[in-house]
Amino acid sequence: MNAKTLGYILKRIGLAVLTVWVVITITFFVMRAVPGGPFVGEKAITAAAQAALEAKYGLDKPPMEQYFTYLKDVVTKFDFGPSLKQRGRMVLDIIADGMKTSAKLGVIAAALALVTGVVLGAVAALRRNKLIDKVIMVITTAFVSMPSFIMGSLLLVAFSIRLHLLPANGATPAGLVLPVITLALYPMAYITRLTRSSMLDVLGQDYIRTAKAKGVSGKKIIFGHALKNSLIPVITYFGPMLAYIVTGSLVVEQIFAVPGIGRAFVSSIINRDYPMIMGTTIVLACLIVIMNLVSDILYKVVDPRINLE
Amino acid sequence: MSKKFSLHVNMDSFLPATEEEKAYMVQMRPSSTFFRDGVKRLLKNKVATVSLIVIVAITLASIFVPMFWPYSYESMLGVSPGKPVDASYNNLRPFQYGATEQAKLAAGERVFPHVFGTDSSGRDYFIRIVYGTRISLAVGFFASIIVLIVGLTLGSIAGYFGGKVDMIIMRIVDIIYSLPDMLMVILLASVLKVSLGPVIEGTALARIGSNIISLFIVFGVLYWVSMSRLIRGQILSLREQEYVLAAQAAGARGGWIIRKHLLPNCISVVIISTALQIPNAIFTESFLSFLGLGVNAPMPSLGSLASDALNGLASYPYRLVIPAVVISLIVLSLNLFGDGLRDAFDPKLRT
Repeated sequence: MNAKTLGYILKRIGLAVLTVWVVITITFFVMRAVPGGPFVGEKAITAAAQAALEAKYGLDKPPMEQYFTYLKDVVTKFDFGPSLKQRGRMVLDIIADGMKTSAKLGVIAAALALVTGVVLGAVAALRRNKLIDKVIMVITTAFVSMPSFIMGSLLLVAFSIRLHLLPANGATPAGLVLPVITLALYPMAYITRLTRSSMLDVLGQDYIRTAKAKGVSGKKIIFGHALKNSLIPVITYFGPMLAYIVTGSLVVEQIFAVPGIGRAFVSSIINRDYPMIMGTTIVLACLIVIMNLVSDILYKVVDPRINLE
Repeated sequence: MSKKFSLHVNMDSFLPATEEEKAYMVQMRPSSTFFRDGVKRLLKNKVATVSLIVIVAITLASIFVPMFWPYSYESMLGVSPGKPVDASYNNLRPFQYGATEQAKLAAGERVFPHVFGTDSSGRDYFIRIVYGTRISLAVGFFASIIVLIVGLTLGSIAGYFGGKVDMIIMRIVDIIYSLPDMLMVILLASVLKVSLGPVIEGTALARIGSNIISLFIVFGVLYWVSMSRLIRGQILSLREQEYVLAAQAAGARGGWIIRKHLLPNCISVVIISTALQIPNAIFTESFLSFLGLGVNAPMPSLGSLASDALNGLASYPYRLVIPAVVISLIVLSLNLFGDGLRDAFDPKLRT
C-alpha cells in the first residue's frame, strides 16, 4: 500500500465521520422542527402532566443544549435515550432487538443475491447473445424495474394466499423465505448485469487472448483469470446493496409482518416517537456509511490501478 | 541567394482573410443532423421505440380518459345526499353493478360498467388507477424538472467559477452523496408532511397537497447532486476539448464557443439524465406512498393504491396486481427508453 492509497483511505474515513455527524445533526434539528410535541394526539393530558413529561425527557431545555447532550450521549455511549412511546424501554434495546431479525434477513438476502447474481452474470456473459443470455437479461431488467413493495406483495399473493405454500407471517423461520427472496431479487438482478458487463469487458482483454494462445484450457481461463477480475466492480456494489436492503426491509417487514428494525422504524414514524426515529435513522445511516467506506477501500486495495479521485 | 529564397514564399498567403474565407472557417455540420442522426438511431432500436409507444399511450390515456369516463376518482357511488349509504356499491368485482344500477339495467337502461370493480368505499377502481397513473407520472416529471433546475444551476456555477466556490459546492455534493438517501427522504417527508400543512393552508399549493410538495422539496434538496456533478464535469471537460481550441484558434469568441460548441455537446447528456431521473422519482413516490407518506387522500397514486390493496389482499388480489403492473410497466419502459436515448444520442455515455 503506497502513500497515495493511504491518503485516499484517510480522506475517505474523514468524509465518513463527517457524514455521520451531518446525519445526526440533520436528524436532530429536523425532528425538532415538527410542530406539536411527541405527546400531542395521545389521550388528553393536563398541561402540568405535559410539562412534567417534557421535563423528564429533557424537552424543555434550549435546543442547542439538547443537541449537545444528545450528541455526547450518542457518540460516547451509543445512548439514544428512552423510547417515548414504548414506556420504560431504551431505544438502543429496541433497535438491538429488531436488528437480530433484520440482520439475519439482510445477510441471507445479500448472500443469495451475490451467489446467484455472479453465477447468472457469468453464464450470460459466456453465452453472449445466445437464448439463455437474452432470457437472463429480460428477467433481470424486469426485476430492476419492480419496486420491492410490489414484488413482495405479488409474492405474498402468489405463494401464501393462492398456493398456500409458505406462511404470510414472517415471525417464523419458514416465514422468512418470502421476505428474503423479495429483498434478494433486486440486488441479484443488479449484480447479474454488473457481472455480465464486466466479464464481457475482461474477456476482451489482451491477457485472456494471451492465455488462449498459450493453450490454457477454457475452464482455467474462466476461473483463473476472467471471473476473478470481473468480480472487482461487484465490490463497489456492496455499499449500495446494503442501502437497498435496509430501505427494502422497511416495506418488506411491513408486508410480511417481520418483527425487525424496519417495522419498528415505520411505526415510530407513525407514532412520532422522536428518540426512536432519530436512533434508528442514525444506526441505519452509520451502517450504510461504514459499508460504503469498506467497499470503496476494498476496491482501491484490490485494484490499485483504479484512480478514484 | 536571398532573392531566390523569397520566391518560395507566397506573400498572398499572409493577407488578411476575406469575408468569404471567414465564412468558410465557420462551415459546421448543420446542427439538425445531430438530432436527426440520433432520432434515426433511436427508431432503429426496437425496444426503445416500443417503450416510447407504451409511455405515450399511458400518458395520453391518463390525460384523456378522465374526460369522458362517467365516474370520478373521489365520488363514492353508494353515497347520495339524504339517503343511507348503499353498501352494495362497495367492493364490487369487475363488471358487477350496485343495487340501483341493477334496477336500471333490469328496466332496459344502459349503465357504464365498472371495468375493474369498485374499492372498499364504493369508488370506481378503473378511474382511480387512471388518476393514480396521472399523478405518478406528473410527480415523476416535475420532480425531475426540479432536480434539473437545481443541478444545472449549481453544477454550472461550480464548473464556471471554479476555485473556492467550486470547492464548497463539491464538498456539499460529497456529503449529500454519501448520505443514505432513502432514510433522509423518509425523515424529511415525514416531518415536512406535518409542518407544511399549516404553511400552505388556503393557497393554491394546498390543492396539490402537503405530501407532494414535501416530496418535491426532498427531491430538490437531495437528488440534485448527481446532476450537478455531471454538468460540472461536462463543462470542465468540454472546455479542454481540441475542437474548442480549434475554434479559439480560428478566432471564435467565448459566446460563440458556448453556444455552438459547449451547449450542443452538453444538452444531450442533460436531457438523458433528466429522462433517467423520471422513473427514479416515480419509484420514490410510490415507495413513500406505500409507507403512507405519499399523496394526500382521497387523491390516489399508484403507490397508495397498491398500499390500500394490501388490506383486502386475500379477497381482491387484482386490486394490487393492476397498480403493480402499471408501475412496473411505466418504470420499465422509461428505463428502456432512457437507455435507448443514451445509446442513440450519446455513444460516449454507453456503459
